[in-house]
Amino acid sequence: MAIKVFIPTPLRAYTDRKVEVEAQGQDVGEVLEHLMQAHPQLRGQLMNPDGQLRSFVNVYLNDEDIRYTGSEKTPVKANDTLSIVPSIAGGSPAAVASGRC
Amino acid sequence: MGLWMPGAQMEAVLRHGEASYPHECCGLLLGHPAADARAPRRVVEAHAMRNANAASPRNRFDFDPKEHLAAQRQARERGLEVIGFYHSHPDHPARPSQYDLDHAAWPGYSYLIVSIMEGRAASGEAAARSFELAEDRSHFIQETVETSGVETESA
Repeated sequence: MAIKVFIPTPLRAYTDRKVEVEAQGQDVGEVLEHLMQAHPQLRGQLMNPDGQLRSFVNVYLNDEDIRYTGSEKTPVKANDTLSIVPSIAGGSPAAVASGRC
Repeated sequence: MGLWMPGAQMEAVLRHGEASYPHECCGLLLGHPAADARAPRRVVEAHAMRNANAASPRNRFDFDPKEHLAAQRQARERGLEVIGFYHSHPDHPARPSQYDLDHAAWPGYSYLIVSIMEGRAASGEAAARSFELAEDRSHFIQETVETSGVETESA
């Protein structure tokens, strides 16, 4: 079935500027694969060269991070939405003392 | 390329950095992406986020992923987009660290960094700089930051 996928702002350069696109599949992995076949430039943005999702790429099926629901094997159903959300982290240069001490 | 920001929103980011000192602050830059390759990304609102890094908040920040998802949804419902992120460097310059580079997301976002020295925003140009990730992810490229006292929004 086709479900809605929300595309983060910088990746819309590869989806004809579309904020949301439809992609088909029975599980999250199939939906992502269909998405990347339809928009081939997304593959390098979402996946490592070995075909795994990049470490900073989080995928949510509705409100759930797929890492906790079966990863790419998580089944999808009608009216589900998939969101691609980057992990955001950073920090200043110096390794100051940790708050754990 | 570059970042355009209402002056009041830049002020809000600097005050957030000061209020969070000696911890890092962080947030989203919401607005409108660049209309073309030469146009700036336009900030409508700097949206404060919680620094979810409990272990080392003086020199690290991260977003809680669910809070990020929720904020992204709320922005979309308001017709705004996530065009970048901001964070503070307490007692360090407003320049990306290796850690920032290692944890960057995709090129095409603005990464605004503010320098908070001894609790106060650094003065002048040193207070805030914005960067974009190079296409090959090997380094950050500084981009221009333009602020305006007049909050005009044509979109």
